[in-house]
Amino acid sequence: MSDTIFALATARGKAGIAVVRVSGPLALDAAAALGICQLPTRRGVLRKLMIGDELLDTALVLFFEAGASFTGEKAVEFQVHGSEAVVSALLQFLTGLPGLRLAEPGEFTRRALENGMLDLTQVEALADLIDAETEAQRRQAQRVLSGGLGQRAAVWRKDLVRAGALIEATIDFADEDIPVDVIPEVCDIVDRLLRSFSAEIEGSRSSERVRAGFEVAIVGAPNVGKSSLLNALVGRDVAITSAVAGTTRDVIEVRMDLGGLPVTLLDTAGLREATDEIERIGVERARERARLADLTVLLLEPGDVESDAEADIIVWGKADLAPGPNTVSGLSGQGLDWLVEEIRTRLQRRVSGSGLLIRDRHRSALMMASESMASARRSLYDINPSLELVAADLRTASHALDILVGKIGVEALLDEIFSSFCIGK
Amino acid sequence: MKHFDVIVIGGGHAGTEAASAAARAGASVALVTQKLATIGMMSCNPAIGGLGKGHLVREIDALDGIMGRAADAAGIQFRLLNLRKGPAVQGPRAQADRALYRTFVQAELSAQQNLSLIEGEVVDLIADDSRIGGVILADGQSVSARAVVLTAGTFLNGLIHIGDQRQAGGRMGDAPSTRLGDRLNDLDLKRGRLKTGTPPRLDGRTINWSILDEQKGDDEPSMFSFLNRKPVARQVSCGVTRTNERTHDIIRANLSRSAMYGGHIDGVGPRYCPSIEDKVVRFSDKDSHQVFLEPEGLTDHTVYPNGISSSLPIEVQNAYVSSIVGLENATILQPAYAIEYDFFDPRALSAGLGVLNLEGLFFAGQINGTTGYEEAAAQGLAAGLNAGHLAMDKEPVQFHRSGSYIGVLLDDLRSRGVTEPYRMFTSRAEYRLSLRADNADQRLTEQGISLGIVSEARKSSFYKKLNNLNDLKGRLEKRTFTPRDLLEGGVHVSSDGSRRSGLDVLGAFAMTSDQQDRLLPELLNADPDIRTQILRDAMYGRYLDRQQAQIDQLKREELTAIPADFSYAGLSGLSGELLSKLQRQRPASLAVAAQIEGMTPAALALILANVRRSAALREAG
Repeated sequence: MSDTIFALATARGKAGIAVVRVSGPLALDAAAALGICQLPTRRGVLRKLMIGDELLDTALVLFFEAGASFTGEKAVEFQVHGSEAVVSALLQFLTGLPGLRLAEPGEFTRRALENGMLDLTQVEALADLIDAETEAQRRQAQRVLSGGLGQRAAVWRKDLVRAGALIEATIDFADEDIPVDVIPEVCDIVDRLLRSFSAEIEGSRSSERVRAGFEVAIVGAPNVGKSSLLNALVGRDVAITSAVAGTTRDVIEVRMDLGGLPVTLLDTAGLREATDEIERIGVERARERARLADLTVLLLEPGDVESDAEADIIVWGKADLAPGPNTVSGLSGQGLDWLVEEIRTRLQRRVSGSGLLIRDRHRSALMMASESMASARRSLYDINPSLELVAADLRTASHALDILVGKIGVEALLDEIFSSFCIGK
Repeated sequence: MKHFDVIVIGGGHAGTEAASAAARAGASVALVTQKLATIGMMSCNPAIGGLGKGHLVREIDALDGIMGRAADAAGIQFRLLNLRKGPAVQGPRAQADRALYRTFVQAELSAQQNLSLIEGEVVDLIADDSRIGGVILADGQSVSARAVVLTAGTFLNGLIHIGDQRQAGGRMGDAPSTRLGDRLNDLDLKRGRLKTGTPPRLDGRTINWSILDEQKGDDEPSMFSFLNRKPVARQVSCGVTRTNERTHDIIRANLSRSAMYGGHIDGVGPRYCPSIEDKVVRFSDKDSHQVFLEPEGLTDHTVYPNGISSSLPIEVQNAYVSSIVGLENATILQPAYAIEYDFFDPRALSAGLGVLNLEGLFFAGQINGTTGYEEAAAQGLAAGLNAGHLAMDKEPVQFHRSGSYIGVLLDDLRSRGVTEPYRMFTSRAEYRLSLRADNADQRLTEQGISLGIVSEARKSSFYKKLNNLNDLKGRLEKRTFTPRDLLEGGVHVSSDGSRRSGLDVLGAFAMTSDQQDRLLPELLNADPDIRTQILRDAMYGRYLDRQQAQIDQLKREELTAIPADFSYAGLSGLSGELLSKLQRQRPASLAVAAQIEGMTPAALALILANVRRSAALREAG
């Protein structure tokens, strides 16, 4: 029996409507988990989506029986309001359900093919589509390759083959006189790969941000003018601003295009010792968000001295009252261009350091490779290393790189063995 | 005219296993060989098993084949290779007394029901356009059969080289089967040419053993057969010596006279079993190579110097042998030689080693481009079973690469073909951690029982072992431990509050056997074999789970069969290169297609879509 898969079927981002499709034997169970039972077939009905006691959204829900859906499997479609928050909450909830998983790219189509839901002409049309997709994939891959991922993966593969050959030679030709202790070289290779994989994964956070957007948090003492600054940056009133300290009790998010980069600005509650419980929670949450943000802008009162070393950019507010270097004013707009440019430059720098692992698939493949290398390393540093386990980890890493590019076969491994060692009695 | 279900041509390791397996499966079988006296002969080195190879022998034994029991009966020195490495990569190996080995195999075949032994040369096949009908012997006699297993070894167009001397022949002293070879030409199968070599055989009485290192067998010998506990023959040691600079100088000075370096040989040789010429040339920085002096038997003075195979002229062989320490006065009983022979591209075979364009004809052994007794025997077993089943109108017998080295061997041959003589290595098995020599019976004996090829004695001892194993496993699984229990038992564990089963505990923590006994008293009374096996499964547990997930994935893709007559030509969007590969290799399933070099996900999707479409069209009629 196949898994039940789900995915957002419409484009990401803000829109009037977003469609989340669930396909597979557990489709109805997924609906039931959201509090929706007794769905009529092939007719849209308006229902409340509940996560526990909390109303998520009111949605148009459609149910297709097996054989009558696009994929040919039981399928449920949720047409929710096109809010990022609603969609991501819904996807998150579905991820948590047992037996459900996020669909791979193209998997709905593939299932439709496999279940014979497309007729002759459709299949031919789809074959064209697959070609088109490949062409796009090819270009995409080309882009990545020219960026260096291909070359880098080739180097990694060479290392893996070398380490595999060293290990396999000591396993399969144990009764031959292989002269050298291969373990130190294998350790070197594994350490090197582990470092490379980690660095690459680290860098992939930025590439992901290019797609999903950077988070920039504005932090500072209460009533220093964070909300005014945010309003000024966005150009419209979003956060409530008042002269009373502690107005913003929660984190306010605004998505914007900042010098060509997708940025979500976070306005956080004033960082002070809160007196009431609700505000204390707000401050706590603000600190947490600021900590996780890609960039923090610390806003200080005129005359304050720099205190928060963790901030990326420090600015002094109320420039209209106290002008000077690195000052801004939400009211007059003074220093805003400078601040925007400063944020943009810093984010841009991060973007340029990324760009190789552009897909989740790449990232998860490299995570797999990295975990195997960590496991191999643990085995290698044992007093009596289990080489067959190291070999198994090396194979898993190769398998992971196979997902990124080409293939590594046992023949390549044996080639390396035979060119390096004199084997044979 | 005599009639049999199956005729097996050849009495080597492939032929004997094929004949035995087909007969055990219930078919009436005739084994035809040029000399009955050479049945079961070990024509190369006097040893069975090794890494990967020992795994194959255990698997043959798990299916009640001959090789494991024969090697146990003939074993004069047993060593478990990789004893200090993990259990998955340990392989049993034994020096065998050639005469004892041959005697055992011949006795086994003589006692086998449904099996006739015929001395004669097969000169022709009886076949119409699509089906085999039997064979014709050199004396003009015809024998009919529904299936024929050809295990021609190196006999096909065999050519022996000693220096620039050459002579047609299979192994020294045997006439080559050129007439049969000519006949096979008509089948229009793709051929290749390979070579292999042997060292000079020495007279053990002329070797100065007293100054040589001795290599002893293991104190606790590991047997091949699950039915045997200890060796029966007297145990002996091997000698160890080394080549030196003078040896290498002699070889270098005479390279042009070597058949291989003199340009007399066209075939491709195995890289892992290089001639001494090859070693000296390719690894010129090494000033010495190891030589193992292996006795060929208890009553035979012949010694097999493993490591110095050659195709140099006899006088050069004499010179280089006497340059080696301990061999100064050694007499050569039989000169070293290289042999070239034909093989057929195994990619033209079915999963059961049947020739695709002639139903009923099966190939097994060196004829498929492999080397080694064990590889030959494993193929013989598979081909014999499938020939028997075909003749009796039963389903083909399959071996999956996730379940056995036999499966790895058959799959490699069929999907990858052969570029040099194919030898088994443990590194060829991607599911190596679960395909262990110690659990071959659990992987295969049940299949053997359902095929009806396993003796009653093995059946009952297998079920007894399985019950004990499952019983102990069950008890260990039921028992659970808190971190506190473990700490009290001397196991260092963080107090994470999670309860662990006895099996988990064994897998997760390194413990002395005393600690294990104290924590899990169930282990105390267990049979040592059972205990060992449980510990091994526990040790590999985490990796085995991951491998199982990969196996499941592979099997799912294999379920998607591509019809044999599927037309790739009609698919728009396949690159020319892929198209020709697909048309040539005709993958049987989506999983096999995915293995083809250069295959893309898009092309796979395209094939899948069209496979579905043609299936739907066929259904619609």
